[in-house]
Amino acid sequence: MKIRLLFLVMLVAVGSRAFAQTADVKRGAEVYQYWCASCHGPQTGTPGTTALAAKYKGEKPAVLDRRTDLTLQTVTFFVRNGVSVMAPFRKTEIGDADLAALAAYLSQKRP
Amino acid sequence: MAIPPGVSERDWTAAIKEFEEAVGAQWVFTSSEDIALYRDAYSPLWGEPEERLASGAVAPDTTEQVQRIVRTANTYKIPLYAIATGRDLGYGGSAPVLSGSVVVDLKRMNRVIEVDDKRHFAIVEPGVAYFDFYRHIQERKLKVWIDCPDPGWGSVVGNALDHGVGYTYGAYRDHFGSHSGLEVVLPNGDLVRTGMGAMPNAPTWGEYRYGYGPYADGLFSQGNFGIVTKMGIHLFPQPEAYVSGTVTVPRREDITPLVEVMNYLEHTGVTGQPNYSSPLARLARDPELVALASKPGGPVPAEVDRFAAQRGVGSWSLELQFYGGAKVVAAQWEFAKERFSAIRGAQFTDGHSYRLPMTPDEEDKAHKVAFGIPNLAIFAGGARSEQNPSPRDGHVFFAPVIPKNGEAILEAMRAFNPVVIEGGLPQMASWFRGPNTWAYRTFVWLFGLPVSRSNKADNKKVRDVMERLIQVAADRGWGEYRAAPAFHDAIMNTYSFNNNALRRMHETLKDAVDPNGILGAGRYGVWPKHLREARGRRA
Repeated sequence: MKIRLLFLVMLVAVGSRAFAQTADVKRGAEVYQYWCASCHGPQTGTPGTTALAAKYKGEKPAVLDRRTDLTLQTVTFFVRNGVSVMAPFRKTEIGDADLAALAAYLSQKRP
Repeated sequence: MAIPPGVSERDWTAAIKEFEEAVGAQWVFTSSEDIALYRDAYSPLWGEPEERLASGAVAPDTTEQVQRIVRTANTYKIPLYAIATGRDLGYGGSAPVLSGSVVVDLKRMNRVIEVDDKRHFAIVEPGVAYFDFYRHIQERKLKVWIDCPDPGWGSVVGNALDHGVGYTYGAYRDHFGSHSGLEVVLPNGDLVRTGMGAMPNAPTWGEYRYGYGPYADGLFSQGNFGIVTKMGIHLFPQPEAYVSGTVTVPRREDITPLVEVMNYLEHTGVTGQPNYSSPLARLARDPELVALASKPGGPVPAEVDRFAAQRGVGSWSLELQFYGGAKVVAAQWEFAKERFSAIRGAQFTDGHSYRLPMTPDEEDKAHKVAFGIPNLAIFAGGARSEQNPSPRDGHVFFAPVIPKNGEAILEAMRAFNPVVIEGGLPQMASWFRGPNTWAYRTFVWLFGLPVSRSNKADNKKVRDVMERLIQVAADRGWGEYRAAPAFHDAIMNTYSFNNNALRRMHETLKDAVDPNGILGAGRYGVWPKHLREARGRRA
């Protein structure tokens, strides 16, 4: 009985975690669209995409959410410190929870 | 922990506690990590002892919370500095003028209160970015345009209060000029509404800006007389069609009649924003043109004319933009051509022609701000690219107002180019550029001087150039319309008619409205009494 209960608890825990991650990534995608895509998206007139294309010269995707090498730490660093002409984002703009979600979205493994 | 100047640790602790009670502890920022987010990323004083740094930040969600913050600040003499979205990059970002101030970060107050697409106005809070405002209108399919500045993350309220400008028709491009009515928390915590807002339940707050009696709104623009918590703004009814066309004239001195005709067309409401440029800019690296441009005092017009004729290009181009009924804009372009034909050798090229709203494909390729569509494309001017492999870290703007005529354009080059060349910024000197045309009734001659977060010597060079530019401009009666905090005092010093009577009046008002001097100390050269002599410099 105890083993069954433990199994059930574990199942619920794993399920909750998976749900939380999915929710994070979904929210992260929204944060990305709201705060990042206007500069880092694929459309015309996106200086962030132009800058990364010039920097990596095809070694990495220029559109930020097509990258596969971003980590939670990298995303967090650049959002809070900025780079070049990109100023940092304050917590009233991208709060810590949204930043975690954004980092989860950008660092997820893509096919 | 940073503490505001002249405030005891006990009072600081008590004030922080009251701020937390007012807005919630999670919206009061005092850690060095959080305060760093309020540094001006484009500060020309980055890393210097004089860099303007906050001691904390507090982020209210409501007007009532702003009132509580201001009352607490009065109790403990805490200097406050309000920002809207905090993205005024090149003009100060989210940092205060007086180091040690607590930034009142209004970003959370981001409600679009009303948009009327029949009477064409809106009322918004200061945290509403142009992106938010545009999205709100699009989602509801409202038939109005906004007029936005370049970076779309700016605040509709903050941009207007800083005298920001845009890209469509003259009256709308002047964002403060198109505002109507403010709600303001005064430095004593009292709440006022200006214009028709002073009358309870007036339905015309966002439309008739003057109300009754003295017009006070100007005090709250580039000012430190209150914290604006709501603002009305006039909106541009969505036009049916858009047409653009370009006039090219052959001679350098044709700039004078070119501007005169354009002024007539623009000021009679025929056109939207004009865009001046020189086809010679594309040939600026041609050794022959370099030699002509390097002459003392700049290029000789007749020699430039010969060069332009040889290369088959004009000296100046002017793009005109028309918004309105499809038949009307076509006729307006024809009328404009008739007028410009008075200039010998003028040539005309048809530009874009859109039925509005544009298709997604048209929109993707368009100069979006000309259609009130916020975006961030302007950062291409400083960001890394194939042409710019070593990007700057930002820029600080020199933005003098000059007369709207051809003589001033030529004189601006003769006046400013030697300063940037001698100051070690030769890349900023162009003899083949046009004026900036956002302001309706004047030109601005903008320089975005590069700043660095790693090279203090370069920043010193920029500051020296800026100080010199300010003086050279003032010698001609040209003053800046807006500036970064590092230059507020130097510029206000040049507005010196009758022994700086305007600043003295501001100071008299400041002492009356803000006796404790808690709000926006030093903003645009207006210091409270207790800091007036030192002008914010620490002993």
